[in-house]
Amino acid sequence: MNKRLKTKYDVIVIGAGPGGLAAAIEAKKAGAADVLMIDRDLELGGILLQCIHNGFGVETFKEDLTGPSYAQRFIHDALTVGIEYWLDAMVLDVTPNHQVYVTGSQGGFRVVEGTAIVLAMGCRERTRAQIQLPGPRPAGVYTAGTAQRWVNVEGYVPGKNFVILGSGDIGMIMARRLTFEGAKVERVLEVMPYLTGLSRNYVQCLLDFDIQLQLRHTVKRIIGRNRVEAIEAAAVDEKWQTIPGSEEIIPCDTLLLSVGLIPENELSQKAGVALDPITGGPYVDEGFQTSLPGVFAAGNVVHVYDLVDWVTRAGQVAGRRAAQYAQCECVKEATTIPTAAGENVRYVVPHRVNPETLTTEEVMLQMRVTQPMEAAVRVEVYDGDTLITRKTERYARPGEMVSITLKGKDYDAVRQAQTLAVRVVRKE
Amino acid sequence: MSVTEKLICITCPMGCTLEATHEGSTVLNVEGNNCKRGAQYVQAELTDPRRMVATTVKVQGGVHPLAPVYTAAPFPKPRIFELLDALRRVEIAAPVQMGQVVLENALDTGINVLASRDMPKSAA
Ligand SMILES: Cc1cc2nc3c(=O)[nH]c(=O)nc-3n(C[C@H](O)[C@H](O)[C@H](O)COP(=O)(O)OP(=O)(O)OC[C@H]3O[C@@H](n4cnc5c(N)ncnc54)[C@H](O)[C@@H]3O)c2cc1C
Ligand code: SF4
Repeated sequence: MNKRLKTKYDVIVIGAGPGGLAAAIEAKKAGAADVLMIDRDLELGGILLQCIHNGFGVETFKEDLTGPSYAQRFIHDALTVGIEYWLDAMVLDVTPNHQVYVTGSQGGFRVVEGTAIVLAMGCRERTRAQIQLPGPRPAGVYTAGTAQRWVNVEGYVPGKNFVILGSGDIGMIMARRLTFEGAKVERVLEVMPYLTGLSRNYVQCLLDFDIQLQLRHTVKRIIGRNRVEAIEAAAVDEKWQTIPGSEEIIPCDTLLLSVGLIPENELSQKAGVALDPITGGPYVDEGFQTSLPGVFAAGNVVHVYDLVDWVTRAGQVAGRRAAQYAQCECVKEATTIPTAAGENVRYVVPHRVNPETLTTEEVMLQMRVTQPMEAAVRVEVYDGDTLITRKTERYARPGEMVSITLKGKDYDAVRQAQTLAVRVVRKE
Repeated sequence: MSVTEKLICITCPMGCTLEATHEGSTVLNVEGNNCKRGAQYVQAELTDPRRMVATTVKVQGGVHPLAPVYTAAPFPKPRIFELLDALRRVEIAAPVQMGQVVLENALDTGINVLASRDMPKSAA
């Protein structure tokens, strides 16, 4: 397809995961004449292709799908509406004036220009270097996602006896998956005093197979010269210091790290997009436009979502706006109202809202709470002392995204607001 | 004799911790559930626990050596490893279609195992 590659497109989407797919499809449906999707992988679909377990799409399709099935529905739609794509092609650079530098196994090095650009590069996993694990550097230390790709796509199980550091969903799901493949998972260690993934995954991935979870524990040291031979686990105190005397040597040949995801924004930075130090993703408005006019962002590149359904929705908004931008190429001088994180909120996305949007569509504010709250909570949007809207949730946890939607009825209040501060507080 | 056990309900992301009192498989009382599906979950766990199972099977001539597959319905938990063994012996040929039956009526449970995605033939 790249023989027919043009030099200019209405919309160029970088990354063909669920965020990029939704953006591309929606851009085309909203009238973009031509849309090009670029991905370094050999296939469309992004990280979902290696997430072979079910649990996807309950919000979007009211069906419980596997990752590959969820992706395939969107791949099918993308092909049906006529999205052009270039695979096995790495985007090296994006410039502030929308030039995209790409090198592909087919087509070689090219520069393509998009009237609008959608950044949809997803996220990457924190690695050993980022969590500073002491000890030698033998083979056998991998991120859980890398191991997931090997086991589920390439058919290669990277060890026999595993210890997993981190109780996030990817780590727990890999514990079950490795058990299915005949490996033994000796232990899952979690430095926090609570599980960081969903408790249903604790039941169906760990408890079901008698895999032991230790909270407030970490890897103190890796043992082994050429290959991991064991790890030394230890309990930690409130300050994350290991407690002397609590050490235990656990023999294993592989250590998997499931210690968090970070939005992938090297390209965004090169393009000059302003990043939020808290989310690690771009500052965006309610249409997911970044600080650079005509450059949009969709999916995990903005902030790490826990449900792919929300990634799809965000991608749809970004794609529609990108198409609108491409068609008038105008920088709308809109007045926007900033959002702000109030009590028990770590961050809010989007970072600013154009009130006029509320005359035609709803705007979802998405956030993460700082502290878990296991009783009913109120999610409230305030401008100073004035309550604009609120809703009740049964609980709020740092691992699960919280949202509240601004609607047409809120238009007047939002238009007059100085800031839209969101807080999550215990319901009286 | 009745016993009281703690169970975590996996029916929805809330994950309530349930205190279930039962005598054999007769549920006498459930506490801690935020909705009535919690009690149904306890009943199912005591009599016939089931889980969705997702794994891979070998593919001949596909773009990847494996194709992801899943059970069309939750599968009896005590027989999961037996199912995995059966699937290790299955080998299908590319091209594969999403939804294609990979193993019919697995272990006589009446549950089919289906392909999760299309898998085209490799170009080579
Ligand atoms: C290992 C792992 C496991 C996960 N498991 C789950 C799960 O079980 N359930 C769940 O709901 N969520 C899971 N997630 C979160 C998951 O990422 C999101 O649900 C969803 O896939 C995000 O979609 P996306 O389009 O933003 O990113 P992705 O699906 O990650 O897609 C990004 C795409 O961009 C491409 N790309 C990046 N940089 C470049 C470049 N420079 N040039 C060309 N292409 C580029 C990548 O190749 C990739 O295909 C997981 C994430 C990871 C990292
Ligand atoms: S009891 Fe109801 S609310 Fe609680 S986890 Fe089960 S289904 Fe969810």
